[in-house]
Amino acid sequence: MATNIAILRRPLDPTGAWAWITTVDHKKIGVLYGLSAFAFFILGGVEALVMRLQLAQADLNVVSAATFNQMFTMHGTTMIFMVVMPAGAAFFNFLVPLQIGARDVAFPRLNALSYWLFLFGSILMNFSFFTGSAPDMGWFAYAPLTGSTFSASSSVDYWILGLQVMGVGTLAAGFNFVITIINMRAPGMTLMRMPIFTWMTLIVSFLIIFAFPVITVAITLLLFDRMFGTNFYDITAGADPLLWQHLFWVFGHPEVYILILPSMGIVSDILPTFSRKPLFGYVTIVLAGAVIAFLGFGVWAHHMFTVGMGRWATSAFAVATMAIAVPTGVKVFNWLATMYGGSIQFKTPMLFALGFISLFMLGGLSGVMHAVVPVDLQHQDTYFVVAHFHYVLFGGSIFGLTAATYYWFPKITGRMMSESIGKVHFAIMFVGFNLTFFPMHFLGVLGMPRRIYTYAPDMGWSGTNMAVTIGAFVIAASIAVFLYNMVRSARVGQPAGANPWGAATLEWSMESPPHHYNFAVVPTVRSQHPLWDEEANAVEPPPLPYVDESSIHMPSPSYWPLLLALGVTLVAGSLLVWQAHAIAGLTMGAASGALALISVYRWVFEPPVAAEVAEGAAAHH
Amino acid sequence: MQYIVRSPEAEHATSTGLNNRKLLMWAFLGSDAMFFGPLIATHLIYRTESIQGPIENVFNIPVTTISTFVLLMSSLAMVLALAGIQQGKMGMFRFWTAMTALLGMVFIGFQMFEFTEFAHKYGLTPRTNLFGSTFLTLTGFHGAHVTVGVIWLWSLLFASFRGKVKQENSLDVEIAGLYWHFVDIVWIVIFGVIYLVGAYGVEERVLNGAHALAGLGG
Ligand code: HEM
Ligand SMILES: [Cu+2]
Repeated sequence: MATNIAILRRPLDPTGAWAWITTVDHKKIGVLYGLSAFAFFILGGVEALVMRLQLAQADLNVVSAATFNQMFTMHGTTMIFMVVMPAGAAFFNFLVPLQIGARDVAFPRLNALSYWLFLFGSILMNFSFFTGSAPDMGWFAYAPLTGSTFSASSSVDYWILGLQVMGVGTLAAGFNFVITIINMRAPGMTLMRMPIFTWMTLIVSFLIIFAFPVITVAITLLLFDRMFGTNFYDITAGADPLLWQHLFWVFGHPEVYILILPSMGIVSDILPTFSRKPLFGYVTIVLAGAVIAFLGFGVWAHHMFTVGMGRWATSAFAVATMAIAVPTGVKVFNWLATMYGGSIQFKTPMLFALGFISLFMLGGLSGVMHAVVPVDLQHQDTYFVVAHFHYVLFGGSIFGLTAATYYWFPKITGRMMSESIGKVHFAIMFVGFNLTFFPMHFLGVLGMPRRIYTYAPDMGWSGTNMAVTIGAFVIAASIAVFLYNMVRSARVGQPAGANPWGAATLEWSMESPPHHYNFAVVPTVRSQHPLWDEEANAVEPPPLPYVDESSIHMPSPSYWPLLLALGVTLVAGSLLVWQAHAIAGLTMGAASGALALISVYRWVFEPPVAAEVAEGAAAHH
Repeated sequence: MQYIVRSPEAEHATSTGLNNRKLLMWAFLGSDAMFFGPLIATHLIYRTESIQGPIENVFNIPVTTISTFVLLMSSLAMVLALAGIQQGKMGMFRFWTAMTALLGMVFIGFQMFEFTEFAHKYGLTPRTNLFGSTFLTLTGFHGAHVTVGVIWLWSLLFASFRGKVKQENSLDVEIAGLYWHFVDIVWIVIFGVIYLVGAYGVEERVLNGAHALAGLGG
């Protein structure tokens, strides 16, 4: 049987690259997510710089209009699905089990599958660059524009299939973290003792499992229209031109909370540490997060105020949108109150957390402005909106994720990042960010539409656009500093020790980097701030009982998640081949389908802990 | 904070006492409901929008009532299969698992019959009109769910002959059962909301469709 084929024998103790490729360890998977997200961040950033070069002056011809369309589409899609979401997943993976006192996530192999699907789906979509045309219809891909009548090339198919593959991975991750957080907590780690980051992960995971099926339906119907001639988005067959917009934004608005809530959790964990004070209003922050997520499913049509939905629908969505600002404001006030009266240390993570609060607040304010319908009618599709979503996505999500990188880097690598370089990074990025995106508000109000590839010299936009372009390059410089700091610190940074920041949560109770089994013995938790209470009461932690490492069985590495992800991605790819060449596509589909099926079966009948390991350990006892 | 050393059994205990995989299935079903939701909604939104027939006049309610009954009975068989394995009665488990899968296959047979009938008798395919697109996509996805369930059930049955499914892991069967019942419930919704409601007053709407067609000059 196949078990005897050497290559398919279960990897027990792989080393080097194989240890990463076959890993099911949440910490390694977290690192893989983080590195991939950073690589895509560079790619998406280069796409942004190309756009900014083209717009630096009036009537430039750096790239063609067609290329510009591909740039903004792939930039937006990349930043959302291949940068912010996986970067969030990187921290979910690394931290959540540590924060709740678990040895791993509930389904380690499923976790590996999620990562590979994300990676392969992203590659599949970007592969379209080599076919001559990348997707060029904007990241929200409005049908009927994306139907085959108006988008004949295969670029839209790449977009759909790439997103579909990634979406399956995201869903799997959503399930995994819901179950992990509900079910894998250490004794005493009640829900209301969990760190806020873990709470926000839980909420985001719920958003994922309820919102992603909707985009799955939307893009599946589009794919059917394009490949099999159905009529879902075909106006000439009587289809409703707004169907796509509704389906997309029912997913799309919860999606923006999927993008921002992780950073809100990050900041809620960082502020208390550097204010030397417990989080103000823990319960309200948790509840506000839950309320935001819940209301987030009822505001989608604020993206559609200009399509003419009628007065009642428009008013209802406007009111709901304003209402959602309330829990958001609650969070901001809680953060401010957390710092109030604390002894604040301005370490780099804290600086980025403060950057997050201020910039996110600005983005939130322009967001509330859009909720006022007459105002939105002016803003829609102008640079004002571009300014808004960059304040929340970059100023919010990316600043939060950067804060997280500085904060948890010592835990992940065992070494501190350089504080001085970190402060330089922060200063450049903060200035560059505001230079890039603040003037966009003015451009928008002056009527500059978004998604135009050039403009006439007499519009009065030239000077401001030049400033914006300079700002973009300043941001690029700050990212270079960031990268340098990470690479350098990983090699020569100061050793971090267990708890370099004097933080309160469980992940800081173990050595950095943590053992592959996380906790030699599972802790019992007695409060929201286990480490601070120990310190305050001068409780000596009870001496660690001697634990024989070999008695801890961690799940064994496995090939099947990788091979299953590969099979699924190739099945998606075979549809593209099929469009060009029926026989070739069918052959490829059959072969890759078989690979996927075999992987599923082998996975199901493979025990989580390899028999050899379990037996070996049993013999040991 | 205090450290405790947990016994190996305790390591598999969960915070809620519920099994991880069972919880996973519940989460998946919640998510899957959000998959069928938009498909059903799309169909309902487009119910009166097709600009040419055929529409719900193709439904053969008596035949679909029978197939619905078959699927309902398969849920009963599933319950008995689970009861069998939980009591360690392998014969009972195997018989009723086979019955469940067979009834599922009969249901799929009905669906194939229905789809061919639509195509040959009325010329209705997914390309014909909005009704064809939404109805066939929705019920097609439902049929795909049933097919996955059937394969899963046969796999369980065969695995039981290889000694891999026994009383101790009746949970494997329970989880498959959750899935099966869910797929069944979705069908009840489809049958009620799409077949019964759709077939009601369909003659008039065929006329409306003809008007719309005339209006377009087609
Ligand atoms: C160097 C930093 C960045 C620059 C200079 C930049 C610039 C731009 C520009 C010029 C556009 C096109 C606007 C238009 O013509 O409509 C755009 C769109 C967009 N950006 Fe960025 N961006 C940056 C970072 C980010 C980040 C970090 C995110 C997300 C976290 C992001 C998300 C988006 C989205 C969602 C769109 C809309 C894409 C679309 O129109 O389909 N951007 N950006
Ligand atoms: Cu929104």
